[in-house]
Amino acid sequence: MVITDETIEYVGILAKLELSGEEKEQAKKDMTNMLEYVGKLNELDTDGVEAMSHAFPISNVFREDEVTNGDDRENLLKNAPDKKDGCYRVPKTFD
Amino acid sequence: MSKVYETVIGLEVHVELATKTKIFCGCSTEFGGAPNTHTCPVCTGMPGSLPVLNKAVVEKAVAVGLATNCNITRNCKFDRKNYFYPDNPQNYQISQLYYPICRDGYVEIEVEGKKKKVRIHEIHMEEDAGKLVHEERSDSSLVDFNRSGVPLIEIVSEPDMRSAEEVIAYLDKLRLIIQYLGASDCKLNEGSMRADVNLSVREVGSEEFGTRTETKNLNSFKAIARAIENERERQIDLLESGEKVVQETRRWDDNKEYSYPMRSKEDAQDYRYFPDPDLVPVIISEEWIEKIKNSQPELRDEKIIRYKEEYDIPEYDIMIITASKKMADIFEEAISLGAAPKKVSNWLMGETMRLMKETDTEADNLKFSAENLAKLIKLIEDKAINGTVAKEVFEKVFAEDINPEKYVDDNGLRTVNDEGALRETIQKIIDANPKSVEDIRNGKQKAIGFLVGQTMKEMKGKADPSEVNRIIKEILG
Ligand SMILES: [Zn+2]
Repeated sequence: MVITDETIEYVGILAKLELSGEEKEQAKKDMTNMLEYVGKLNELDTDGVEAMSHAFPISNVFREDEVTNGDDRENLLKNAPDKKDGCYRVPKTFD
Repeated sequence: MSKVYETVIGLEVHVELATKTKIFCGCSTEFGGAPNTHTCPVCTGMPGSLPVLNKAVVEKAVAVGLATNCNITRNCKFDRKNYFYPDNPQNYQISQLYYPICRDGYVEIEVEGKKKKVRIHEIHMEEDAGKLVHEERSDSSLVDFNRSGVPLIEIVSEPDMRSAEEVIAYLDKLRLIIQYLGASDCKLNEGSMRADVNLSVREVGSEEFGTRTETKNLNSFKAIARAIENERERQIDLLESGEKVVQETRRWDDNKEYSYPMRSKEDAQDYRYFPDPDLVPVIISEEWIEKIKNSQPELRDEKIIRYKEEYDIPEYDIMIITASKKMADIFEEAISLGAAPKKVSNWLMGETMRLMKETDTEADNLKFSAENLAKLIKLIEDKAINGTVAKEVFEKVFAEDINPEKYVDDNGLRTVNDEGALRETIQKIIDANPKSVEDIRNGKQKAIGFLVGQTMKEMKGKADPSEVNRIIKEILG
């Protein structure tokens, strides 16, 4: 499978990335490689095999509804590139 | 001849579940904390953090599904819905696309005496996003993740509604079911219940659906009704002038009473859903469903039947009292504290409703406790205060939930039950009003009212008027 210019354009919009011409070419190559790699799986006959999302047969892992976390704001905000008034500060965004 | 159009409406209703903690972490869901004080690595989307499902979310979702006649999905899963927005720290929302927890239900609504079923396509569990505050005069926004990860269910109806009245009846039905289940407080104005309206129009008799739009940001029943009317007109105008309806999401501005398309440039609706590998499947057994069913509290319809059997109050009153879980709770608790059902119902239907109207208060937001209403009723029963004083005291109970016993004592409002003192005052009034006494003796019964009024005034309202009446008649023979 080959990744087209249109696909790169579209994925760029979805990911909100502005790529230069050079970056687009590189991304096209990388993505084609990745698809070819997993493309091997298409050689298998998977008719009648149910789609699986987990490798282990585990189900029903729950928490009880009890508050276990306190205020750890200072710690969490340490990773933020920018902050103000206890909030993460980001470029202006509207919906 | 102009064409006749039919409005076709389906609803997506988001309800915030009343759990103590978030859906995938042990952070509190409590409202109003300082920004980001109810957050952790999971709900801020830190790499390497692992979400673990809150069991209470599953139970509440199943309870709502059962109460809305849905099939419960025995093997349900979570999926990632990918989109980029700063209120969404993981760059995906954990939701359910392929195996939602409930499917194929319905609720019955009644509009203008006509009953109708509104089908529910599905109910799924998901997490809420954070909140963005746009800074004035600046090129940045501030993000608060306290709401990020708060559990939601989204109830998706089939396009079965045909008018704003049906939509409101449907929402009201959902609200009451969910409130009675204790699954959410469902307040539209506070955002714990949100409705998005999918609407299209078509010529009456047409089998095919028209192109639909989705309208968001509807914070009250009134806004919903206005937005539906507005969108219906807009779409008909487009069709009449030979244009096409564009499938898009619109945002309602209730102040300006119009909607506008939300930025659709680059708004490619491609969420690239895939199963969330961090969360294992949820298998819901028959036993678990039975257990949830058995712990279901009494719902409104059952309450109405029981009230009719147990209490001698008019059906109209029953409908009003049970139209809010809050009011029904006050009603039942006051009775359990010893107040007579008829008396409690009178206070709710009379003074409570009057003050609610006067202060523009919704029944769900009533502040007074059943305990203080029961105490007030007891004070009247014991003839410790009369009706006029009681109304005055109730205004305080309604506004501030004061303890009526203490209030009455502190303000010296207790009725004088000392018959000697009362007789003395009455004698004084009789002596001072010989004309009225003569009128009464000549058969003018109305004049008694005047003497009672004068006595009450002299007693500063702290007497039982019927007692005063009795004593006057006795003295005048
Ligand atoms: Zn958290």
